[in-house]
Amino acid sequence: MATSFFFYFAGVIVLTSILVVALRNPIYSALSLLIMFFHVAGLYVTLHAEFLAAVQIIVYAGAILVLYLFVVMLLNVKREERYHAQLPIAALLGLTILTEIVLLTLQHRFGGDVSSTESVSPAGEALGNTEAIGQVLYSTYLFPFEVASLILLVAMIGAILLAKRDLFEGAK
Amino acid sequence: MVPLSYYVVLSAMVFITGVVGVLIRRNIIIILLSVELMLNATNINFVAFSHHLGNVAGQVFVFFALTVAAAEVAVGLAIIIALYRSRSSINVDEFQLLKW
Repeated sequence: MATSFFFYFAGVIVLTSILVVALRNPIYSALSLLIMFFHVAGLYVTLHAEFLAAVQIIVYAGAILVLYLFVVMLLNVKREERYHAQLPIAALLGLTILTEIVLLTLQHRFGGDVSSTESVSPAGEALGNTEAIGQVLYSTYLFPFEVASLILLVAMIGAILLAKRDLFEGAK
Repeated sequence: MVPLSYYVVLSAMVFITGVVGVLIRRNIIIILLSVELMLNATNINFVAFSHHLGNVAGQVFVFFALTVAAAEVAVGLAIIIALYRSRSSINVDEFQLLKW
């Protein structure tokens, strides 16, 4: 049952991620990325990461992708030539790296030490996913959490500065 | 129970798709979408290992990656709008001022 769910989600994720790169119209690319985000959220649910599944849908599908669609429709670009001139080299490089990674991963199978540590059951299982993440986030990772808020502040200021048309024109 | 290597292979496929998209497309918006694909591939890896090792820290790192992705999208799209204002194009081949 879990395996069939995994193969469904994995198949749709791979298909839509290829469509994102291959489709001609940027709006269609963004919409297939939306389908991919939903299926990644489903994959998170099968991995017992319910909080991240919700955040994935709210932040990625709700905020980031809407921003993309807004910019795509704002710019209103004509259809252009699709691929870069270095397509053959890029395709060759990508295929080589992909086969290499697949071969290496299938060779090792992640036996011994990874599965042996699985028996160390987390305290979070009895507690629920969101509570466990919250406790770790606000105790062990408190400083990175504050840095993340600083990153968001800098991004907000930077976006306003870059996109405003004549911010310093009035002062001159 | 799905083996961990399946998740790693899936994540590798999505990541390679993102790399190829960054290399071959000319539309700068599609390039940013391909960067999103790569970030999602690493997130899948994080969550799969977090589930497999029984450690919540992997999911916390996905949270941070999501924060950085949101910041990257905001700044990147602002840069795209500024570029479109100055050149009225979002084709990456047009921006070669530093090339000689």
